[in-house]
Amino acid sequence: MIPEIGQFALTLALMTAVVQGILPIWGAARNNAVWMRSATPSAALQCILIAIAFGALMRSFVVSDFTVVNVVENSNSLKPMLFKVAGTWGSHEGSLLLWTLILAVFGAAVALLGQNIPTSLKARTLSVQAWISTGFLSFMLFTSNPFDRIFPAPLDGNDLNPLLQDVGLAMHPPLLYIGYVGFSIVFSFAVAALIEGRVDPAWARWVRPWTLAAWVALTGGIALGSWWAYYELGWGGWWFWDPVENVSFMPWLLGTALLHSAVVTEKRGAFKSWTILLAILTFSLSLLGTFIVRSGLLTSVHAFAVDPERGAYILGLLVLSIGGSLTLYAIRAPKMDPGGLFAPVSREGGLLINNLLLALATATVLFGTLYPLFLEAITGDKISVGPPFFNASFIPIMLPLVIVMGVGPFLSWKRADLPGVFDRLKWVIVITLISLLVVWYMQTKGPALAVLAMAIAVWLLLATLREWSLRIKLGQVSFSESRDRLRRVPRSSHGMTLAHAGLAVCIFGFVGSSAWKSEEVLFVEPGTQIEIAGFDVTFEGTERVQGPNYVAAVGVLRVMRNGRDVTVLRPERRTYPVAQSQTTEAAIRSTPAGDLYASITEPANEDATGKWTLRILYEPLVGLVWLGSLMLVLGGLTSLTDRRLRVGSPKRKIPVATAPIAGE
Amino acid sequence: MMTLKKRRRIQVIVLAFVALGIATVLIGYALQDGINYFRSPTQVTEAPPPPSEKFRIGGLVTENSIRTVGDASVAFSVTDGNATVPVVYVGMLPDLFEEGQGMIGLGSLVDGTFQATEILAKHDENYMPAEVIEALEAQGVYQGGRQETEIGAGNDS
Repeated sequence: MIPEIGQFALTLALMTAVVQGILPIWGAARNNAVWMRSATPSAALQCILIAIAFGALMRSFVVSDFTVVNVVENSNSLKPMLFKVAGTWGSHEGSLLLWTLILAVFGAAVALLGQNIPTSLKARTLSVQAWISTGFLSFMLFTSNPFDRIFPAPLDGNDLNPLLQDVGLAMHPPLLYIGYVGFSIVFSFAVAALIEGRVDPAWARWVRPWTLAAWVALTGGIALGSWWAYYELGWGGWWFWDPVENVSFMPWLLGTALLHSAVVTEKRGAFKSWTILLAILTFSLSLLGTFIVRSGLLTSVHAFAVDPERGAYILGLLVLSIGGSLTLYAIRAPKMDPGGLFAPVSREGGLLINNLLLALATATVLFGTLYPLFLEAITGDKISVGPPFFNASFIPIMLPLVIVMGVGPFLSWKRADLPGVFDRLKWVIVITLISLLVVWYMQTKGPALAVLAMAIAVWLLLATLREWSLRIKLGQVSFSESRDRLRRVPRSSHGMTLAHAGLAVCIFGFVGSSAWKSEEVLFVEPGTQIEIAGFDVTFEGTERVQGPNYVAAVGVLRVMRNGRDVTVLRPERRTYPVAQSQTTEAAIRSTPAGDLYASITEPANEDATGKWTLRILYEPLVGLVWLGSLMLVLGGLTSLTDRRLRVGSPKRKIPVATAPIAGE
Repeated sequence: MMTLKKRRRIQVIVLAFVALGIATVLIGYALQDGINYFRSPTQVTEAPPPPSEKFRIGGLVTENSIRTVGDASVAFSVTDGNATVPVVYVGMLPDLFEEGQGMIGLGSLVDGTFQATEILAKHDENYMPAEVIEALEAQGVYQGGRQETEIGAGNDS
């Protein structure tokens, strides 16, 4: 009964979405206030209906209702409760339902929270949002219904892929989807503005918090995904340039560009059509991400649904939405007023370079991700594009960006005084050069590029801190006055400082863990000793452990350093009898200096009983990858709590954030 | 006389083209060693690529072929039903690596043996790399059966 209620709610939601997609926008065209206002209740109703459907599916998972196909395929009565709940979105159908739920929640949020958005813009935005909703709801109802029944019902389910039974991964899809779908709001705003034919600073002010929220969620989602890959896959890597990783990274890169260009549109009224284009492209890349993951077009370590029919449907949606919005853009954008002038060296100029480089970086990732598809379609050759491609194309674009990032916040709007900026940065430059020499001297192996990247990260961190300390006049005025200034500086600029510093911290982690990593792989028997990165590791054997829905062989590794006990690592090899599969649980000893990482498997053949394959790694600074990501997320959140964004007040005083320090 | 507005616009366009040019050069340069061709065991046997070329090989792990060699290497062979290529790999095999199952390896061919630096197996029971399916189909080995129904699972069932 409950699944039928879910199905019925979903059908009603589709109808609501169709009405919401037509009535308000028509009302906006004919200036009919009642029709326009109908957007608010229909967005709320749609949200409630989809929430009912989602609740119904979640209930089926929680009580293990094995008359529902989706539950049979992705759950098991023995599975821990957390993963029963997470199983709701673990499958293709469930994840789509989550997608549409988030879409509807965002739509309802715009409808209910956006009190000060002009009625016509709001009506058009919500209608565009409803078109996206219609596409996904119909996709779900016609090709992948989560409420399909099975008869006779099996006694127990097939269990969720054990690799996916993990807290980090349980949270990964929702965050990623909030990011993707958050950009859909920005997309809807952009399309509505194009239909309206008007983009003003107020528009950018409504768009910015949504972009920021989406960006924060996407950052968190990507970071969680990479953390999961790091400790769950047992390879000790955190980024593989895998197609599925790339498709979440591309909206992030372009979303970052959007975040910065929206600032220019808001503060200076410039970059209008560019901001609109970025909004369209960012969401298009999010759709492309969904398409690539769901269609299984590319060989990927993550791909788990290979179904050309669904792929064709999403491809249709993709062509319709990207093609339609870009056509609209081509018709409307040239009429837009280009906005304020600025000198090449200015805050605008800096953000222009930021946008150009981010767009280029996105283009190289897009090229590397889709090139195998094109080549196969044209010549029939099957190729894969590996990390060497991305390292050689992406990193050279990002390094100059990070250099400019250090200077950017020092530049004033319209025209900046470059010698003055360098004068304020002279000590930062000196310390950066010294640290370049120190790292160069200390490094024993690893590429020269790594040394350079380290120095650039030092530069970014110091320049960011310097900008922050100048802003609160640390050391120039009394401490209490500095503290006072600290409170008065808008949260968005604290957010920027935190996020920029976070990126610097991330780069330390990226470089340290990839350029100076040590790795050993070998067969071990009880008593085998290994020496790695100054640690003496002894394999003492394995123990058997019974888990809730698995049995595990736990390796015991005694780690010593200079004759003293450091820790005991216990990597696990788990066997899930129901899912008939095995997973590797790495053991990690984390310190700020680096992680010691061990994983074991039994050799694949029988003649080596008693022997285990041990993989042990030392990854310097790897923890900084996630510390930096956390700083990025917190920076975004801090900025999101800025009063000006929250209130969305149209007051146009001279904003403190833009007051250039150059003038001081 | 060009207005300032027009001049700025041209500057931006020139900058964009310069950036695009740099990106094209970088992509072209990165493509030289960043891409790996996929070859089936039959293709490798018929036209062995030089040891300097990194490529991917894919097929089924031959039954009873997995052995350990020395301190850390695993040896097995990969087949598409027509030709079989020996593989040596130093490292940990993926969780779902099994005899008779599909795999993809990245590495190079040295003296007739594929020296793998990376091994991918199917990542769950529903998944078989598309390249492997095609390579097997080319040899008439792949009859669908279990794998195919599994791939279709969840669709309209």
